[in-house]
Amino acid sequence: MIELNINGRTHAIDADPNTPLLYVLRDHLALSGAKFGCGLGQCGACTVMVDGQATFSCLTPISVLPGRRIKTVEGLGTIEQPGPLQRAFIDEQAVQCGYCIAGMIMRAQALLEKNPSPSEAEIRRHLMPNLCRCGTHLRILRAVRRAAEQMRVAAAHEAKPSDS
Amino acid sequence: MNVRMILAGSMLLGVLASGGSVDRPLVAAVPASPESALFDAALVAKGAELAAVGNCRSCHTQPGGAPFAGGLPLATPFGTIHSTNITPDPDTGIGRWTGEDFLRAMHDGVDRAGRHLYPAFPYDHFTRVTALDVAAIYAFIMTREPVRAEIPANRLRFPAGFRPAIAVWKALYFEPGVYRPDPTKSAAWNRGAYLVDGLAHCGACHTPRNALGAENKRQDLGGGEVERWHASSLIETSPAPVPWSADALYDYLRRGHEQRHGIAAGPMAPVVHNLSGAAEDDVRAIAVYIASRMQRPESAPAGAADAVVAAAKEREAGAGSGATSGNAASAVDGATVFAGACAACHGAGPTSRSPAPVALGLTTSLNAPDPRNAIHITLEGLWPEPGEKGALMPGFAAELTDGQVIALVDYLRARFTDRPAWTDVPQRVSEVRQGMQSEP
Repeated sequence: MIELNINGRTHAIDADPNTPLLYVLRDHLALSGAKFGCGLGQCGACTVMVDGQATFSCLTPISVLPGRRIKTVEGLGTIEQPGPLQRAFIDEQAVQCGYCIAGMIMRAQALLEKNPSPSEAEIRRHLMPNLCRCGTHLRILRAVRRAAEQMRVAAAHEAKPSDS
Repeated sequence: MNVRMILAGSMLLGVLASGGSVDRPLVAAVPASPESALFDAALVAKGAELAAVGNCRSCHTQPGGAPFAGGLPLATPFGTIHSTNITPDPDTGIGRWTGEDFLRAMHDGVDRAGRHLYPAFPYDHFTRVTALDVAAIYAFIMTREPVRAEIPANRLRFPAGFRPAIAVWKALYFEPGVYRPDPTKSAAWNRGAYLVDGLAHCGACHTPRNALGAENKRQDLGGGEVERWHASSLIETSPAPVPWSADALYDYLRRGHEQRHGIAAGPMAPVVHNLSGAAEDDVRAIAVYIASRMQRPESAPAGAADAVVAAAKEREAGAGSGATSGNAASAVDGATVFAGACAACHGAGPTSRSPAPVALGLTTSLNAPDPRNAIHITLEGLWPEPGEKGALMPGFAAELTDGQVIALVDYLRARFTDRPAWTDVPQRVSEVRQGMQSEP
């Protein structure tokens, strides 16, 4: 058994240590947000976060993950209460077929957790590993900018009571 | 008549002889702010090709910055210096420089005001570039878009920050001179030797340096370091399992990869990117010369290279098979990491979907005397410049802990090469990690 901490919960996984995290998420835990695109770390559809950093789950064997914090798109919000990035992707209608979007959102989440006010160049450079074949890149960029703005506003709002 | 007058005169003659129309005064009459129209188009084109060989753009351009506008910080053991703006902007660039000023900088390592230049500008090599070639580069540089860009002040430790100290360094290590052809060798070999030792300044990275930062000429091209990468030996001590041929080197230098040796990465990536704009004959000449420097005294039997390649492919076929299987917990074991993270591309087994272009056992990085390049590529991956073609490998800095990287790198060395284990992997992993954090 390998214990994995995913979205704050511990799961005991009965699988070969070589198994890619992606397979465990989708096949063992029914967390099917992350997608299998290429299996080679070339497209980003499988992106999740490990210890706050964007990671290709198709190339990450579960053997390297005990003791690390894994976050998937399911950990950002629910259908009723989407997280800021999910909300922004909906508001900007940044999805066409949607296959790449969970990966896009998770890579953007990793950026915004580290850098709440990224420049346009920083957003573009950071999202470079993720591909969208429908071509909604410009809407994806708008959604990331919108989410960054909303997260800054929310953070300022939260910070206020403690300031006074 | 002093040397400078001879040089200036021969430069002018060279410029005229190279196709500049005679009725236009060229370098000798450059005014305070030269006009592009003064330069002959053929000379500018030749200068562009030569500047590509000289890799000028790599140091004189910041990431995302205007070409040749300088400002790139260069970390040296003596502190940080910033490359200069060599666009023809009159105030912040070299727009007021005459051809003679430019030649003097290249040949003698002094700026227009006569101050000594730091040898990070490799005039110890450029001194061997002919005045004719310097004139072409000058024509190319002076016809670029002028960019107004002030360069940040250098941050150097005493006494390196004191420019007269450079005079001492030059007295010790700087040998001005011209390239002397070897009449027993071919024209291509001589052209290659001239470029490698001069304009291409290969030794700036590929020759080890002494404590004062000067190249150790007794180990010319014997392997050095640059930006925390190992720069391979380009002589008979080259670690390449398949000896390099001139054709293989040409492919590598021209395309950035070669299937029996590897992919240009790290500081070599921009070099080959620039060389794609160099004259084909010049790249061939460099390949001919370096291949001859790498030649080992004993000649390999026919078919030896094919046998090495076959053996490397065989090792790849079963790689990762020693991995912990079943439900054993998370022992840090290189074979297991390899099976899960690498084998999809680098194994020939059932999980492999897209064989990587170069068998791991053939790569220079895994056969090198130190593990830095293998660690860099493992952590950072290979990313072509946006919009450029190139091999793409994801880095594993986020996925793998230091312990896992160490286990993996040790496994790669043992599994894919016959060379002794590296002894300094843990220290090198933390150095490379620190370097990644300090970079933007």
